[in-house]
Amino acid sequence: MMAPLFSSKLLIVLLFGTLFGLILGVLPGLGPTTGGALILPFTMTLDPLSAIVLLTSIYCAGTYGGAITAVLINTPGTPAAAATCLDGYPLAQKGEAGRALGMATVSSTVGGIFSVIVLVFFAPVLAKLAYEFGQPEYFALAIFGLTMLASIGEGSPIKNLIAGAFGILISTIGKDFMTSIDRFTYGINELSVGIGFIPVVVGLFAISEMLTQSTLLDQVFKRVALKAVKLPSLDDYKKTWKTILRSSGIGSFIGVLPAEGGTVASLIGYSEAKRFSKEPEEFGKGSIEGIAGAEAANNAATGGAMVPTLALGIPGSATTAVILTGLIIHGVRPGPDLFREQPDFLYGIFGAMLIANVLFFIFGFFGAKLFARITLVPNKILWPMIFAVSVCGTYSLSQSIIDVWIMLFFGVLGFFMRRFGFSVVPVIIGLILGELVEGTLRQSLVIFDGNWLMFLTRPIALTFFILSLIALAFPLLRTKKQKD
Amino acid sequence: MNNVQNKKRANKSLPFFFKDEFKVFFVIIFFSTILLISTFTFDKVPPILNRGIQPATFPKGLLVLIMFLTTIIYYLSFKNPWKKEKKLPKPFFLTILSFILFVIISKTLDFFLAIAVLSIFVSYNWGEKRVFYLLLVGIIFPLVVFIFFEMILGLRFPPGIITNLYYY
Repeated sequence: MMAPLFSSKLLIVLLFGTLFGLILGVLPGLGPTTGGALILPFTMTLDPLSAIVLLTSIYCAGTYGGAITAVLINTPGTPAAAATCLDGYPLAQKGEAGRALGMATVSSTVGGIFSVIVLVFFAPVLAKLAYEFGQPEYFALAIFGLTMLASIGEGSPIKNLIAGAFGILISTIGKDFMTSIDRFTYGINELSVGIGFIPVVVGLFAISEMLTQSTLLDQVFKRVALKAVKLPSLDDYKKTWKTILRSSGIGSFIGVLPAEGGTVASLIGYSEAKRFSKEPEEFGKGSIEGIAGAEAANNAATGGAMVPTLALGIPGSATTAVILTGLIIHGVRPGPDLFREQPDFLYGIFGAMLIANVLFFIFGFFGAKLFARITLVPNKILWPMIFAVSVCGTYSLSQSIIDVWIMLFFGVLGFFMRRFGFSVVPVIIGLILGELVEGTLRQSLVIFDGNWLMFLTRPIALTFFILSLIALAFPLLRTKKQKD
Repeated sequence: MNNVQNKKRANKSLPFFFKDEFKVFFVIIFFSTILLISTFTFDKVPPILNRGIQPATFPKGLLVLIMFLTTIIYYLSFKNPWKKEKKLPKPFFLTILSFILFVIISKTLDFFLAIAVLSIFVSYNWGEKRVFYLLLVGIIFPLVVFIFFEMILGLRFPPGIITNLYYY
């Protein structure tokens, strides 16, 4: 599994990716999704394996990096670390920041490695199953993915569905891929090729975050002092090993589902840790189990989210959508054939994720104090610099100024979406699944001679449709239960 | 908790067209309607070449779905009003203004100059008054990015009054 990685070039890429991922994770507002999108143009100078190794190491390390700021300044570096704040910061305030970060580092590493094992065993099985899939099954699967996103993603399910449908709608801009008829181009030649993924991602994540930061300039962070990261004590291990394993399982499972990956996983991991704890009253006051539950789950979601991404070409989270784009622009088409034709490439990715988890453990353990200092870079310096990189990165892909304007448009749109409670993640997933949804629907209708009811004669497709209905009903049942 | 309730109450007392719920509903329905109308202008494929459905059918379906779901969230907001958002501060509008300046300068004068102007404008309005740091974000860093993209990635930036000095 590691053989393809034993080249100095790949090890340097891994090292750089892990360090860069940690920095991105530490900085509130950035994160592996934005960072991955920003670095995507740079990967064009690399071979496909190095490019994906870079992106996956950023993903793993960035997810962990969010915990450092969550513990020290009570602000999650990434949304996936939000649950870590609940106990990490109170524990740090008690003078145990080192212990809190030590537990976050260990549980993140265990969760991450656990999920890579899940990925290694589960992705080939799923890919094998996918051989049975025809166009109707892929259509039903994509619909299931979108409904799951609405159902277990953050925020209002209906708003998530609107955002997902909007993402699919964006994918219809340009020439229709089956008939070459222009749609929503309004005579603008540049729109004929459609709207690129990178301008939308960079706009929705980086530029909208820049606008969000412009509204938070008066916010003052109270940073807790950190002497050194401490390894958890034997007592801590005894108290948390079940929680870490449970959250690793939860995180891997949630990661496989197309939702908001680590964010949802950490919230569920945290609440389950509380439910099973002998001291639930300690949660929110600095419980070491709370930190372990949240951190193991969010890092476990990284490997889980790579399962559908590699096996089916359906992203499990926003960051894996960026990785999927990276695969596609490097000419690698994810899906069952990838497992048969390029096993070395896949094992390179698996190995890179494994090493990235070990590397961020080492960097986190010895360098958390240094990384925490990055948060001292003021926003008035940081964000104009991020803007410069965003603009050049977006321009570089197709050397089109229109792409830069599209990025700005989606930045403003993303800001207002977030302000009014619409998550931007479904837009990204909808955009990347759009062509699959429309293409498989139309090709299925050709196969079925226009008869929609024929979808119900395909057992796998029918199963996915039933699961989609359950996924849509789930939030209603949850709301009713909460009211009761 | 009390704050949230107060905010909700404050939102409830406004006329309906000032409420966030209505504004969001109106904007989505308005643009969806325009897009829906424009789908009727898409070319049609002759029946003999048509595979499955017409190219306009799928976007039409999506737009109807978006409008339907938007109506549901607006209806639900009668029972559960959204919390009123804080007024946007001055730096937000200045940042939006910097985006507009960026578009104008990059289109008419120079791409690199547009980045420099935006960076200095944003940094200054976000509170940075030290000249060195303004030069760092406005000149030095964009220059490093420019050289990196130009030399390592082989990117050719669009022509402009400053970029031309480098290329010619």
